[in-house]
Amino acid sequence: MTTEQVVPIGSADDIVIAREAGRDLAGQLGFSLTDLTMIATAISEVSRNMTSYAGKGELRLHVESRNRRSVLVVEAVDQGPGIEQLEHALEDGYSTSGGLGLGLPGARRLMDEFEIRSVNGTGTTVVMRKWAPPRV
Amino acid sequence: MTARSDASVPAPAVHDRSTEALLPQLVQHLRQNRTVLREEWARRITDARLLTAMTPEEIFSEATAVYDNYVEVLETGSVEALQDYARDLSERIIPRGVETEEVLGIVLLLRDVLARSLFEKYQSDFELFKSVLDAYEPAANRIASTVGVGFVQERERVIRQQQEAIRELSTPVLQVRERLLILPMIGVLDGQRARQLTEQLLGAIRTNRAKVVVIDVTGVPGIDSTVANHLVQTVEACRLMGASVIITGLSSEIALTLVTIGVDLSMMTAVGDLQGGIEEAERMLGYEPKPANASPADNL
Amino acid sequence: MPIPILKQGSFLIATIQSAMSDSDAQRLQDELMQHVGRVRATGIIVDVTALNVIDSFAGRTLRTIAHMTRLRGADTVIVGIQPEVAFAMVQLGLTFEDVHTALDLEEGLAYLKRRTVSGDSADDH
Repeated sequence: MTTEQVVPIGSADDIVIAREAGRDLAGQLGFSLTDLTMIATAISEVSRNMTSYAGKGELRLHVESRNRRSVLVVEAVDQGPGIEQLEHALEDGYSTSGGLGLGLPGARRLMDEFEIRSVNGTGTTVVMRKWAPPRV
Repeated sequence: MTARSDASVPAPAVHDRSTEALLPQLVQHLRQNRTVLREEWARRITDARLLTAMTPEEIFSEATAVYDNYVEVLETGSVEALQDYARDLSERIIPRGVETEEVLGIVLLLRDVLARSLFEKYQSDFELFKSVLDAYEPAANRIASTVGVGFVQERERVIRQQQEAIRELSTPVLQVRERLLILPMIGVLDGQRARQLTEQLLGAIRTNRAKVVVIDVTGVPGIDSTVANHLVQTVEACRLMGASVIITGLSSEIALTLVTIGVDLSMMTAVGDLQGGIEEAERMLGYEPKPANASPADNL
Repeated sequence: MPIPILKQGSFLIATIQSAMSDSDAQRLQDELMQHVGRVRATGIIVDVTALNVIDSFAGRTLRTIAHMTRLRGADTVIVGIQPEVAFAMVQLGLTFEDVHTALDLEEGLAYLKRRTVSGDSADDH
């Protein structure tokens, strides 16, 4: 079982690739169909966000183990200009690029854990986690 | 390392009393006395009234397997085979009502039986005996803990499965008419349960090709904002699937919670009680509503 | 991958086959706008049964299609949103309040026929 993957995100077409990669990996961890859809949607949103703000970046997937459960970890890393108003970016409806502004707050609702670090001029890293169901 | 076949002759006064040197001796001793020690152990289990759910033959058979696994752990230092056995044993005995304390009890009894046997063998040389215990005790404790943990984990897994089965059974998405579903929500809901209900409802909309859903919250004493949000999201998700939603049984407390979290109640179709909600749904579907307790004098 | 658009009476039916990239979505929008004008369609069905994700871009595109076709005198119905997709959409915040949705193609056609028969024009509500 592959436990790590990196998908370069350079254009909108890569977003679909990233989603499917996330879906495949999550499928191996026993997530329900609803969870798979939520994960794929969250990946889509953060990848899209990267292409809007930074033009390109990487979508990284790996699996952690905590308390005998598997955790899917999704990281969106770019070296773009950074998000200036982080608090605003996490509010619904706020968008500087003319979109619906749902991306980051939406992704946060879809996943269990969500962190974002952004430094002006250096780049942005979004880390999201979702806990797989206990092995029954 | 020389092997001794006679248990009453003390071990030679070897200078090497390290655990690495002594463990093979222990293993040898336990193998040689396998029959005697297993029988004693089985007898003690019965005396202690453990494993009463099993027959003497079954007890002896499991005792043999545990004993052999025990010796293997001492020999190899690896608990993997023991873990597998513990899981397998647990799977078999849990349905028969064996309790955790019984499982721990028998493992500890074996530890005692073996310790006494070692005492008999090494008692003439107390220093050597202490070294033997230094080698034996950590391994024996690790074994007890492995078996105990394995059993408990298996129990937890079984309990989770049972809870899941109960949840499945107790979720009522009812189809009362063609294209009409009712979801009575009962009791206190937590976020996870609310989410599960939503998933089941959405699946039922597809399966039943429902056009109207009546969600009755009469049986829900109060909801916090998390569950209120779930309710709103459920309504929205149903709409995305082309089903209209009628909420019934909204108490003033719940209505207040919804308003407080910013829900526009005018966006929801709410009807006082379940019966009224069903009738409204039937009207929406083009059926003639059949009032349940109608008498000629009733005004609807 | 071009999305097939069929004509049924005065309705257009676009069936999305599988994962829809941004460019697919954009092309769908452009083609529907062209077709609507050319054949004077009164109703459009966009069937998303095969989509396993509807993200903010897809959502925005579908809403834009619905709004723009309304300006051309046609009603749009999105059909076939799957349970898990509906669930994820509301978590994301995509609620489509101003877009008609129906369970499947059959329901979507029934809706459009009711609208046409009753003589409603597309901008009545």
